[in-house]
Amino acid sequence: MRVTQLMLIAVSGLMLAACGNKPLPEAQNTSEAVGPSTSTQGADSSGVGSSALSAEQQAMEAAKAAGVIVYFDYDRAEIKPEFVPVVAAHAKFLNGSPQRKVRLEGHSDERGSREYNIGLGERRAQAVRRALMLQGVTENQITTVSYGEERPAVQGSDESAYGKNRRVELVYGR
Amino acid sequence: MKKTFAVFVCFALSWFAAAANAQLVIEITKSAEDAVPIAIVPFGWSSSGAAPFDVAEVVAADLRRSGRFAPLDRKEMIDRPTQGDQIRFQDWRYLKSDFIVVGKLMPEGQGYAAQFEIYNVLTGQKLGQPSDPRRVTANANNMRALSHRVADIIFEQLTGVRGAFSTRVAFVNAEGTPPKQRYKLVVSDYDGENQRTLLSSDEPIMSPAWSPDGQSLAYVSFESKASAIYVQTVRTGERKRVSARAGINGAPAWSPDGKTLALTLSRKDGDVDVYTLELNSQVLTRMTFDPGIDTEPSWSSDGKKLYINSDRAGGPQIYEIEVDNPKRATRVSFEGGYNARPRVSPDGKQLAVVTLDRGNYRIAVIDLASKGMQVLSEGRQDESPSFAPNGAVLIYATQDRGRGVLATVSTDGRTAERFTNTVGEVREPVWAPFSPAPNAN
Repeated sequence: MRVTQLMLIAVSGLMLAACGNKPLPEAQNTSEAVGPSTSTQGADSSGVGSSALSAEQQAMEAAKAAGVIVYFDYDRAEIKPEFVPVVAAHAKFLNGSPQRKVRLEGHSDERGSREYNIGLGERRAQAVRRALMLQGVTENQITTVSYGEERPAVQGSDESAYGKNRRVELVYGR
Repeated sequence: MKKTFAVFVCFALSWFAAAANAQLVIEITKSAEDAVPIAIVPFGWSSSGAAPFDVAEVVAADLRRSGRFAPLDRKEMIDRPTQGDQIRFQDWRYLKSDFIVVGKLMPEGQGYAAQFEIYNVLTGQKLGQPSDPRRVTANANNMRALSHRVADIIFEQLTGVRGAFSTRVAFVNAEGTPPKQRYKLVVSDYDGENQRTLLSSDEPIMSPAWSPDGQSLAYVSFESKASAIYVQTVRTGERKRVSARAGINGAPAWSPDGKTLALTLSRKDGDVDVYTLELNSQVLTRMTFDPGIDTEPSWSSDGKKLYINSDRAGGPQIYEIEVDNPKRATRVSFEGGYNARPRVSPDGKQLAVVTLDRGNYRIAVIDLASKGMQVLSEGRQDESPSFAPNGAVLIYATQDRGRGVLATVSTDGRTAERFTNTVGEVREPVWAPFSPAPNAN
């Protein structure tokens, strides 16, 4: 059982790499938060140890494998086709776990004025929020916050850094 | 119901009045060609030992930074008079100085007094009151303040415009490498000296705004993992949270009477709009109604209009709104595809903005009558212009080797300087208003 679980994680890792997603230093930590709620975990561990993955765990693993960051183009807030499956995987997880909440953190790159960039980050977080709600996620499962350019993922003033900073991070509370 | 509540900044966040060692390196990036030549002669010292402070150096730097004056290089001075009857005017005429300032520093009580005189070199006449020399006193630890006051007096005497060298600025400082950074709200002299940290946090701090009386700062802090607007009294550190609604709480701007804040909210639906919030009654009034991003309000000096940034026409541009009839918005900026963060000049005739100028974000001024625009700065990513209270100079943040630093440019664009502070990254400088009474300490 342990082995299959490990393999699953390894496979998800490979899928992540194969998807061409950039390595996400901070995201590794936040994605840890994508886990079964403590109550579920307690119920599981009081049983026969780790049996087959629950539906919730499977959806969580799938969401984690799909990625926890949606990236955007300059001054845009449309979800690009390659991130549609990311949002769908999270919608699936949230639909199956109505007690779980996701926090959408919108960000921009460093160019332009700071408060306008707060607006841009909010617009991006709202785009992901709407996409989740269109797929059945309820309003009270979602909170949004915009950090604008104030919390860049990476430092740098080139297109590669800008591209990594224009993003919405999907963060799960505990 | 959302209640305003007072929080003392004792827990979670630290408040300290430590004077950071601000080692500033000043770099003159542009100097005016037709500035008035003036000689600020090093002040004499009327007691034993070395003079405790070089007053003339600070005075000359202040005057040069205004763009109106070109102080004579000390090395050119062949003589060091310290009072009027020692000036050999023909020498200074030869050095092409139009004006000369002579003075001395002396111990007085616990501190010092500076007395000085201003002369017209061409006529040999003393300016101002004919009798006594001008006199400014200060405690020993306030010699920079004393020097700035000397510069204020000279500036006003020669231009008729009140000097703003004794005023302060607030800015945000960020240290550390993303994604882990530490943010501080700092108040300093306008030249970046005498820094004092008001607030320090692991979550972003942004958009500081001075109250019209110069006693308080409104700002945005993410310390509760979401944006909220706080108002903090600078002297005591006491503060209140005034807006922590769902979504954005941003871009606070005080009305001229200090009773209302304009601010940006996105509420639950995510539509980013400008509102006004009356601080006593907590009455919230919506000022913008379109689905785009509307933000960065700035009040006209009569409090009847707001200038805002809106991308309702595609890109960010500046619009004017009547506070009493906010449904109609008139576009003000027409040059370039990106104009943001408007700030009204003290005389109400100009707006300072951030404009996208051939691929670079720069500081520009828009003349409100003609709508003409003049780009003033020369950086790649300049931001947050803020007028000196006398309107002569703008302070803003610019990049220096990948780091944000303070910079000034005269509003005619003729003089520019960069202050290369050694610690952290400087963001969003905002110039404080004149203090009602002359700063006595």
